Formats: sequence, C-alpha cells, structure tokens
Amino acid sequence: MSSLLRLTGTIASRGFAEGPLVPLVAAASRNRAGGNFADETSALNAAIARAAADLASLMASNGGDAADVLEFQLAMLEDVSLAESAFADIAAGTAADSAWAKTLGEQIGIYTAADDEYFRARSADLRDIRDRVLRALTGAADFRPPAGAILTGDDITPSQFLAADWSKGGAIALRQGSAASHVAMLARARGVPMLVGLADLPLNGAPVALVDAEEGTILLAPDAESRAHFHESQSAAAARREQAAAAAHLGAATADGTRISVHVNVAEPGEVESVDIATCDGVGLMRTEFLYTHGLPDEETQLDAYRRVVHWASGKPVVIRTVDAGGDKPVPGFTVEESNPFLGLRGLRLALAKPDIFRVQIRALLRVAREGNVSVMFPMVSLRSEYVAAEKLFREESQGLAAQGIPQAIPRLGIMVEVPAVAIAPEFLDGAAFFSIGSNDLTQYVMAAGRDNGAVASLNDPTHPAVLSLIRNVVRVGAERHIPVSLCGDAGGDPAALPALLATGLRSISVAPAQLPLAKLAISGVRLEARP
Amino acid sequence: MSTQSSNLVEASVLINHEVGLHARPSVKLTKVAKAFAARIELAIGVGGAWVDAKSIVKVMATKAPKGAVLFLRAEGQDAQDAVAALIALVERDFDEGNAHVVAP
Repeated sequence: MSSLLRLTGTIASRGFAEGPLVPLVAAASRNRAGGNFADETSALNAAIARAAADLASLMASNGGDAADVLEFQLAMLEDVSLAESAFADIAAGTAADSAWAKTLGEQIGIYTAADDEYFRARSADLRDIRDRVLRALTGAADFRPPAGAILTGDDITPSQFLAADWSKGGAIALRQGSAASHVAMLARARGVPMLVGLADLPLNGAPVALVDAEEGTILLAPDAESRAHFHESQSAAAARREQAAAAAHLGAATADGTRISVHVNVAEPGEVESVDIATCDGVGLMRTEFLYTHGLPDEETQLDAYRRVVHWASGKPVVIRTVDAGGDKPVPGFTVEESNPFLGLRGLRLALAKPDIFRVQIRALLRVAREGNVSVMFPMVSLRSEYVAAEKLFREESQGLAAQGIPQAIPRLGIMVEVPAVAIAPEFLDGAAFFSIGSNDLTQYVMAAGRDNGAVASLNDPTHPAVLSLIRNVVRVGAERHIPVSLCGDAGGDPAALPALLATGLRSISVAPAQLPLAKLAISGVRLEARP
Repeated sequence: MSTQSSNLVEASVLINHEVGLHARPSVKLTKVAKAFAARIELAIGVGGAWVDAKSIVKVMATKAPKGAVLFLRAEGQDAQDAVAALIALVERDFDEGNAHVVAP
C-alpha cells in the first residue's frame, strides 16, 4: 500500500471513472513575429472573427446548457470593449498575440480576485476566450484529449470540456476549479465525474488512476487490491441506483411488510418540479424561510408560493412550517441580534413577538388551506401557551377574512418537536393536531453540540441512545393520545440511521427529494419483527 | 420608479436573481438593451459608476450581487420603452425562475 497515493477533493459532479491521467494542454504560447500596426490590427480582428465563428458552430452542434455557456463567451467576444486596450497596445507597437494575452490577462485577474465564488468561476470562461483567439492567431491546433481520459490541470475551460469525447467514460480532476463553474454544471448534466480542489495532484500524466466522485477521492498508481475494491464500490453504487429507480413508484415498506409513509422536505417551491408526486406520500415539511430572504413578503407573494406546492401535491398532504427565522439568519425588520441565537428569540417565539408580521403569513396560510390537504406546523415550541397563542391568531385572522368574504379554512395545526422539554413531556402539548420531530435541532439541543460546528460533529448523532429514547417517548405519547407523529430531519433520509429510527415505532418520515429513492430502498431492507 | 425630463428616463429595480447579474442574465440584459436606439447606462447601488448597458464586458464587471439595486438611465427617442423592457426583464428574474440549483 506504500506506493499508493490517495488524494481527497471536493465533489463537483458524482460518479466513478478509471482511465489514464491526461494533462490539459495550456494555450499555445508560440510567439508570432510582430508585423506593422496595420497587419497586427487586421490579424487580431481576423482571429476574433474566426473565434466567434467557431463558437457559433460549437453552439449549433451542442445545444442546451452548453449553448448557454458558449453564448456568454460569444457575447463577450463580440463586445468591442473587450479588445479595446489590446488594439491600443498594438497601436503602440505591441504584437497582436502579446497585446491580446495581456488584455485578457487583466480581465481574468479582475474575475479571479472577485469575492463571489460565482464570479470567480467565470475566469475559466475568460481563459477560454483568450486561448481560442490565441489559437486562431498562432495557428495552433485545438485540444483533443483521448476518449475515456481523466483530464487533469489547475482548471478546465468549457471549450476543453466540449472538445473531449465523454462517450467512453472519463473524468475531470483539478487542482483548483470550482463546483460553481460552467464546466461543473455541464459535467453534472452529462454525468461526467468531476473533483476540484485536489491541491497536490501531479500534472504530468499517468497510465491509470481511479476517480471515486462519490467519496471525493482519486487514487494514483492503484494496485490490484485497490482496483478490486474500486470496482466493488462502482458496481454497488450502480446497483443501488438501479434498484432505487425501480422502486421509485412503489410505496415504502419494510422487509416484513410494514408500510412507512415517506414525504419530501421542500425548501423552495421550484424543488418539487423535478419530483413526481406519485413517488412520495406528500410534503412533510415545506419551509417558508426562502420567502424572507429579500425582506418581508406580502400576503399574495406567500399565497402564490404555497399554491405552487399545494397544487402540485394533487390532494396529498402538505405540511407548511411557519417562518423559522432567528438571529443566525437575519431578516431585516424581523429578527433580533442575539449573542446566542440558537437559544434565543427564534421560530414561533419570534413570530409571536412580532404578531403583525406573523398575521400576514397566517392569512396566506388560511387562504391556501381551502385549496388542498394543508396542515401548518409551528417551529421551536416549548410551552402549551405558545401553541395556544398561535392557534388564537389563526382563529382571529380566519374571522377577519370571513368578514371580508375571502374564501379560507383553518388548517390542522401541529408542532415541531425539537426542544428537549417537549420531547421529554409531549403530553403537555396534546392540543396539537400532530407532532413532527425535527431531528436536527433536537439532536443539537440534546447533545449540546452545534450543527454548524465541525469540531463537535461526532457528538451530533441522531442515533445516540438519548436522542432515540426521546423519539420513542414522543411516538409512545402520540400513539396513546391519537396524535400522528412524523420525523422531518436529515436522519430520516440517512440509510444508516433509518433502522434505529423505525425501531422506535416511527412510521412516517420526510426527507429531501434527492434522498427519496435511497430512503425507500433502505426502508425495504429493515426487518422490524424480532427474528426467533 | 421612473422619472422623465425631456427624453432622459431614469428608474431602479432590485435584482432578485439567485447569484446576481451573472453570465446568462447579463447576456439577456445586453441583448434587450441593444434592441433599442437609446443610449442606455446602468449603475449598481447609489454610488456605482455608470456603464454602457449594451456592453456585456462592462455589465459583468459591475459584479452585481443578489439583492443589489440596479439603476438605469436612458436617453433618446425610445428611452421610455427601453427602460420599461429592462425593468420587466429584471422583475421576471431574467426568465430563469427561482429553481436555481446551488452546487453542492
């Protein structure tokens, strides 16, 4: 194992690949002999025109996302202000290629220095433009990597990606690069594995390497043992995907036939568009914080957003959570600055402290409730009095809307169980129509380990016996008092945590849309009844 | 919001796009601007420098983030229509919807 070199990077596009490491070739830097002012000006003009024509034909042959990326490059190239200073340098006696390289170098520098990752990632497009025009000036050939290769370099341009033949596999491994780059977007769309941020990656090529872009690793100079292990992981991943796809439309049930309800979590309405409602039992958590990212949303804006999800659900249940804001994610005019926001005025506490803002959301929820199977839940409830106060606001606004003749209905009103006080003694909240266990916050509060702190990540375990014992307690009280119980944290979509969660008696979970197939698959492998 | 004196039209609009005035929105914005004869300039925020709204190189260089206020001013025969068309494009979120998927 000593000669093995395993490097870990950031996954920009998932998948597996095995192939030779091929360095991406930098732009030809063959110097032209500079001619006179007129010759150099017309040479650069011709090279820009040639590059634009090449881009237009690449756009025509690729289409889709690739055409969008190339259209941006073409628009930049056709903008006369891009080459302005290059022509000025030519007038001062510089050769066309040096003048162009210097001008584009300055532009690339501006993008590379940007604070915003998205703008930084555009520097690859600028390099692409620079190199395409330089090739036209110097007559250098286009880069054509062999099919099936793992392309290595500091970064990769969209043109280099599009010039490669991905039909025989292959991957991209970069020392720098970005998961926000145009190439990363294209790689995800075409299923090309891609790792970025491999700072120590050698760039001198190699006969074979293994890219595991599910784990985020690249293995250089692999031996027979590591290759066998790689092939196992690869075929296991393929089998999981196939099984999951095949089971997508089946209801979820354990190996011994117990039906489990599986809902999806929705962070913003656009997410449901890629989900077939037939593959799940409804929405277990629709977050509403996205509405507050630009300030306070009005009633109609909220109603439109809720409608999109409720109509998509086609009669299946949709649980909408009232705004869960706090000092850690400030909303101007709403949240308050606090030294310890996770233990402060957040969730329902904040909503009740700012009833005028909360009432706007309540009216939108009352209006959407008559258009589907809608429930509403309150986050960060600790006391029965908080639930009662929120319920009272719903009744008051309902009467107000009714008086104005606006159609509405009072939805079922439930609570998130995430404050340990409620998980320990849920019977004090038995007025609620349902309990939804927020395992992320419950775990962080029970274990006293912040969710956003990597240093205490190992403490943040939803399968710790203390957390499971509280979940079991909530399930038990719910069963005794006929209050439905569900769970909507990340643990519900974690195949490793699911067996322990179902063993507590939990029969309903809600997971991120991307976790849906694998969660159902994991459930089908669970055996609840103790074997003799 | 727009004000008009002789044939100079000014207006402002909030950029709501997930990652700001980025590559595709800039392509669309400059295309719309180029469809009009008016001289059109834009600036980001109150103190931002005015740049030619028909130049994608200059529009991209403003690095306008999500939540920035885009100021527009146009001068010429069709200035009013040009500003209205640009405001409408930004308000439609550049026809990209808000289903922008953030990279992992």
